Amino acid sequence: MPEQNLTVNGETVAVDAPDDMPLLWVLRDLLGVTSPKYGCGVGVCGACTSHLDGDAFRPCVQTVGETTGREVTTLEGLAADALHPVQQAWIDEDVAQCGFCQAGQLMTAAALLVRNPNPSDADIDEAMSDNVCRCGTYHRIRSAIKRAARG
Amino acid sequence: MLNDELRTGFALPGPPGDEPPTGVGRRRVLTWLVAAPALTMAVKLGLDGKPAAADPLGLGEFVDIGDLLYAVNLPTALDLVIEVTPDNRVVAALTRLESGQGITTMMAMLLAEELGARLSDVDITLADADPLEVLMFTGGSNTARVLYEPTRIAASGMRARLVTAAANRWGVPAGRLITKDTKVYAPDGRSATFAELSGDAAKVLTPAIAPKPKPDSECTVIGKPTGRIETPELVRGQAKYTLDLDVPGALPTVVARPPTIGGTVQSVDDSAARALPGVVAVTRLPTGVAVTGRTFHDAFQGRDALTVRWKPGPVAGMSDGDITKKLKAAALPFLVPPVLGKAVDGTFDFAYLSHSPMEVRVAIADVQGGKATVWLPSQAPIDAQNKIAAAVGLLPTAVTVHVPRAGGAFGGRLTHEPGIEAAEVSKKIGRPVKLMWSRVDDMKHGRFRLASHHEVRAVVQGTNVTSFEHRCATPEMEFDHGLGEAATAAGFSLPPTRAALIQAAFQLTQQTPYHFGLVNQLLSEVNVPIPNATWRSVYSGQVAVTNEIMADEIAKAVGQDPLTFRRAKVKADAVRGVLDTVADKGDWGRSMPEGTAQGIALHAEYKSAVAFLVELDCREEQPKATKIVAAVDVGLCINPRGVEAQMQGAAVDALSTIFWAGNHIDDGAVRESSFSDFRYARMRQVPSTTVHINSTSSHIGGVGELGYPAAAAAFANAYARATGKKPRSFPIFHGA
Ligand code: FES
Ligand code: FES
Repeated sequence: MPEQNLTVNGETVAVDAPDDMPLLWVLRDLLGVTSPKYGCGVGVCGACTSHLDGDAFRPCVQTVGETTGREVTTLEGLAADALHPVQQAWIDEDVAQCGFCQAGQLMTAAALLVRNPNPSDADIDEAMSDNVCRCGTYHRIRSAIKRAARG
Repeated sequence: MLNDELRTGFALPGPPGDEPPTGVGRRRVLTWLVAAPALTMAVKLGLDGKPAAADPLGLGEFVDIGDLLYAVNLPTALDLVIEVTPDNRVVAALTRLESGQGITTMMAMLLAEELGARLSDVDITLADADPLEVLMFTGGSNTARVLYEPTRIAASGMRARLVTAAANRWGVPAGRLITKDTKVYAPDGRSATFAELSGDAAKVLTPAIAPKPKPDSECTVIGKPTGRIETPELVRGQAKYTLDLDVPGALPTVVARPPTIGGTVQSVDDSAARALPGVVAVTRLPTGVAVTGRTFHDAFQGRDALTVRWKPGPVAGMSDGDITKKLKAAALPFLVPPVLGKAVDGTFDFAYLSHSPMEVRVAIADVQGGKATVWLPSQAPIDAQNKIAAAVGLLPTAVTVHVPRAGGAFGGRLTHEPGIEAAEVSKKIGRPVKLMWSRVDDMKHGRFRLASHHEVRAVVQGTNVTSFEHRCATPEMEFDHGLGEAATAAGFSLPPTRAALIQAAFQLTQQTPYHFGLVNQLLSEVNVPIPNATWRSVYSGQVAVTNEIMADEIAKAVGQDPLTFRRAKVKADAVRGVLDTVADKGDWGRSMPEGTAQGIALHAEYKSAVAFLVELDCREEQPKATKIVAAVDVGLCINPRGVEAQMQGAAVDALSTIFWAGNHIDDGAVRESSFSDFRYARMRQVPSTTVHINSTSSHIGGVGELGYPAAAAAFANAYARATGKKPRSFPIFHGA
């Protein structure tokens, strides 16, 4: 089985995995990185959203072969020492209910703020509407993104 | 490691006749036990009448499933264990599933309040299934109501012992000591942590101060808007759900499932699957064919390499139209002839509706050596323990069920299919497995809120409603997750037949909050063997919704504004109160452009009342919600922030399911397969939502299932007012 080399949360890792293995299962089953969640496996719910070279992406529909040599960041790796502003805003706005979608929401929001440090309501709706929250926390997600943008 | 030197389980309701060890609260609990919900309610459903104490909002005849849950918990020792660890943390095990309702935070608040502990020093863990506990059941919005009093009483007893131990150590009168920040303080500034005192405190038989809960006026934690205690670990990606747990050697497993609901395996050729290097085992199950792999990728590949011939399931050949026809035929006739007034009629239909929590159905099981250990996010873990034991041929006592946190439930975790499947596979292959349903499995083979058909007739004379009849027909509800057993074990005489039990449950929970003259509402059931389970708000999610749509239509028929009509007819002041609050805060009646409108609706249940006012823009092809305002009265509001979150979530559920989210049955199979075609609302469809909290009493009302019916009806009513079309079939944009 081919050895795949990639960077996960700042660490270089080598895993034995077939090229076509979805990165989600490489992260979860081979590397024990569990914040990306399985919600659909086909890219429609956003629960697995993480960053690939700094952009939001969906590891359930990205193969490990496509990510070799690239930099993967999951929620575990978002903060350095202090919390990332979106993490702090999520605490301040008490966003989470069951929490299962929130890793994906946080990673999508963090990528949005890099592209657009001051998003309007419409920008937020646009960026966040591919992430399902079955508990209906959208109102607080929107408030938290604005809070994080204010800094 | 927990320190078991200081363990309190005292002051909890025990068998009548026990000498109360801690006075006040105990006697009050016993009083309830003797006088109230339980015994009087036992006649009709096993439930009849109701105690004055349980009706603080004056909601009249409301009896709901929470009363039953409350009552069946009383005569058993609630197995609440509160401990102080050597590192000065207060740890309590909660006998309920946390699936997003905020119950762990609420429990932590109660303990922090009563003990004088810092909230951040309190940990709440989820308890394993314990056969000595008659009931562990999360549903019916009962958690706060069941746990509030016993928790506070137990914690006050614990505090009294800690204070007594400090008083003895320092030679200071106990009455002069205070507890704060997880320490006991003397007036001279000396202090000791709870951990330092716990050994002595455990030996205190008679506390030197009365172990009784603080008066409400001294509470500083209860009632304060408080963020979820789990959030800090959650935002770091450290929260562990079932499949994130590190159970050594547990192998990923998925199941090939039939095309039709309840189909079975006729034959299977697994040679190609077994030939794959990552496939560890293939196991035939009653529900399909399980493939175990090194990773979930391997397991899915193995599943896809199977060749299975399936026998059709029990509803093969049946589609939505057939089910609706059956339901229509089953609706019972009205009793009151409309001779003395004008009849206002409405007929409504609801599609099947998947629970679809964000976390699919999952379990880990290790069945070896005559023992089973199962990790299952369950709303009814004792029932899970029994059913898993039966499935793998063990005694329930040989089965341990751990309850990890759940990624949403909404009624979808009352049954235990993934736990049973995981145990069956583990037993057959002799290794621990972690079993996951795919999203498609969850959508097509999970459980559903029942489809329903409703015929409603009100008879009006002038502006009076002289009679109101509702006929509801549904497929048979599966009512088999341990509540009946618990009620029986607790001494209730339940109606002899299932049909009588369901009818009684229906009638007792479905009451109208209005003066509508002669009211009767009846349920009839037909046999459609599609797996079902209650969905947030149970019958009220359909019955109360249609009644609130009818309230608007009756108001129109008698020439009144929907608010004026409701204000005049509503029975309880608390309900009128929430209505007035939303009307005021939401600016009811403001002028709006053609094609846009407000909608209003209310609901009272679980000893609570709620009203929603929404605004809808229907000028484009799809409606767009532009404003949502709620007002809620849950009596004593333990955590306003949690109540607000529940109302916001209920509004999103309501918006989704009134307009878009629902399931089709085509020839015995569920059509939808994922969040692409199960159209739950997204961020862009959800406007800002404000929640106002009234509190007209200090009882504890339910919260989690309260908001949905009023929100759903408010959206339907706004749609009717904006478009002039009567909403009759849900979801409205379901498509053929
Ligand atoms: S699991 Fe990746 S988008 Fe749903
Ligand atoms: S918080 Fe439960 S799915 Fe978003």
